Formats: sequence, C-alpha cells, structure tokens
Amino acid sequence: MAEAIYWPTVFFWLFAVIACAFAVAVVLCANIVRMAFYLVLSLAATAALFFLAGADFVGAMQLLIYVGGTLVLLIFGVMLTSQDRFVSMKTSREEMSIAILVGACLLAVLVWAAVSVPDWNGLGRAAAEALPLEPTAAPIGMGLLGARVDAPDRSGYLLIFEIISVHLLVVLLGAAYLARAQQKRSSAVG
Amino acid sequence: MNVLILANLFDRFDLTQPVGVSHYLIVGAVLFVCGALCMATKRNALGILMGIELVLNGANLNFIAFGSPYLRSDANTLGLDGQLMSLFVIVLAAAEAAVALAIALNFYNSFSTIDVDRADQLQG
Repeated sequence: MAEAIYWPTVFFWLFAVIACAFAVAVVLCANIVRMAFYLVLSLAATAALFFLAGADFVGAMQLLIYVGGTLVLLIFGVMLTSQDRFVSMKTSREEMSIAILVGACLLAVLVWAAVSVPDWNGLGRAAAEALPLEPTAAPIGMGLLGARVDAPDRSGYLLIFEIISVHLLVVLLGAAYLARAQQKRSSAVG
Repeated sequence: MNVLILANLFDRFDLTQPVGVSHYLIVGAVLFVCGALCMATKRNALGILMGIELVLNGANLNFIAFGSPYLRSDANTLGLDGQLMSLFVIVLAAAEAAVALAIALNFYNSFSTIDVDRADQLQG
C-alpha cells in the first residue's frame, strides 16, 4: 500500500524545477530583455522555496526587495542601455562549451557534497507533520533590535543592523551622485 | 562509489516523504553554477549583474535551508541566524545593484557601449 502524496514535497519539486530551469535559461539566452524576465521568474520561484522552508518573512522580503525593487532597477538599466546592437550579444560557441564543461564539473562537486551528509536527508513524515508552524516575523524583528527571543544564548544583530542602515544610506547617495555627475559633465561638454 | 551516490540521488525523488536540506542544497548549487557561468560568459554588463543576483540567491537558499527546523532530523540548525543572514544578503544585494547600475550607466554614457570586453582602458 503506497503512502499518500506529501504535498509540500510536490510543491518543492514544482518550484525547484521552475527556479532551476529559468536560471539555466538566463545563462543560455542571449537577449538581455528575455534574460531579465527569466530572472524575475527564477527569483520568484526561489521566494516560494523560502516559504516552503518555513521562512515566511524572508520570502516576503525576497518578493518585495528582489523581485519588486532590484529587478525593476535592472530592467530600467536594460531599457536605458538597450540599443539594437546591445540587446543580443552572443557568446562564442567555444567559450560557451568550455563554460558548460566547467559548470558541470562544479555542479557535480557541489551535488556530491550536498548528498553525502546523512544528517541532511530530511525528517520522517510523521516527525515533519508533528512540527508546529511558527511565524518568524516577530522573532526576526526582535533579533534585529538585539534581543533574541528564539535562542536567548545567541547574540542579537543590532550593531549589524545599524551598520547596514548607514551603509545603505551611503551607497544610495553615492549611486545617485554617480548617475547624476555624469549628466552634468556631458551637458557641460555638449 | 559513484553508483552509490547516483542511487542516493534518485532516492531523493520520493513524493511521499518530506524534503531535506540536501534537496535545497542541490537547487542552491544549480542557481550558483548558473550565476557563475552567467558572470563568466556574458558580455553585457547588466548580464553579469544578473549572474551576481543568481549567485547571491543560491547562497540565500543555502542559508534558509540550514536555518529551517523542518528540513533535518537533528537539532543543529542555524535557527533564526540563517534567516537574518539571508535578509542582510538581500539588502546588500539591493545596494550593490544600485551602485553597479550607476557604474554601468556611467560607462555607457562615456563609451556608448555596454560590452565589458571594450572596457580595457586600464590595461597596462
């Protein structure tokens, strides 16, 4: 008597195949606009994998920041620089075959490492179904403020949070300045 | 040895059992390799940027997998540390994309090309 299908596993394989297939499509496609679209789908499928691993807040942030923010930025970049001769820049066949060979070797090593540890094989079905489903947004917020409610013996992340905040401010100011200074110079020349 | 590993690999495709950390690691490895190849082979600067995003996503997937309590039988998970790390990676990737895009636009404005093979002014 076969066991009933465990649906989270089905969804894992569905989204894993979507993520991997579109990542491969990003590599193989030469058209930059299509690459951006495939990347959106791959990152969204990765967000679904985050949800399936119980990381609901990180999955939501992945959708908001990556798919909603970073990729819009990338697509603006594509639109600002997409003249006809840059939309499709082919890689030579020799380079591509060497790259695929090297990539296959790297992938073989990584997969071998991933399957060779018995502890990483996953829970039994009964144990997995017995685990409670915990929302992670509140513990993550407390962890960023320096108090760890989930593991009191581990340290919080207040300092890193502050450093990253200031870093983001500096980086965004710098990026705005970089993109703006060039316009002034070119208008002065022209 | 190789046959054993292949059999081990095919054992994993079982729809009646929960997935484990190694499944996530395999997906992360595929994303990482795709990103690395993208960075190595694309000539468009924005294509290289997309490769970097893929690599960071593969790393994020590994962090989440090692932090999740639902994926492994022992209790040695990273816990919330994994999720916090991947949040930091996501935020820093956004910052990196903004700067890289500004640099790419500057490069495009000065050289009227986005082909990184043409960015050879610094060679000796």
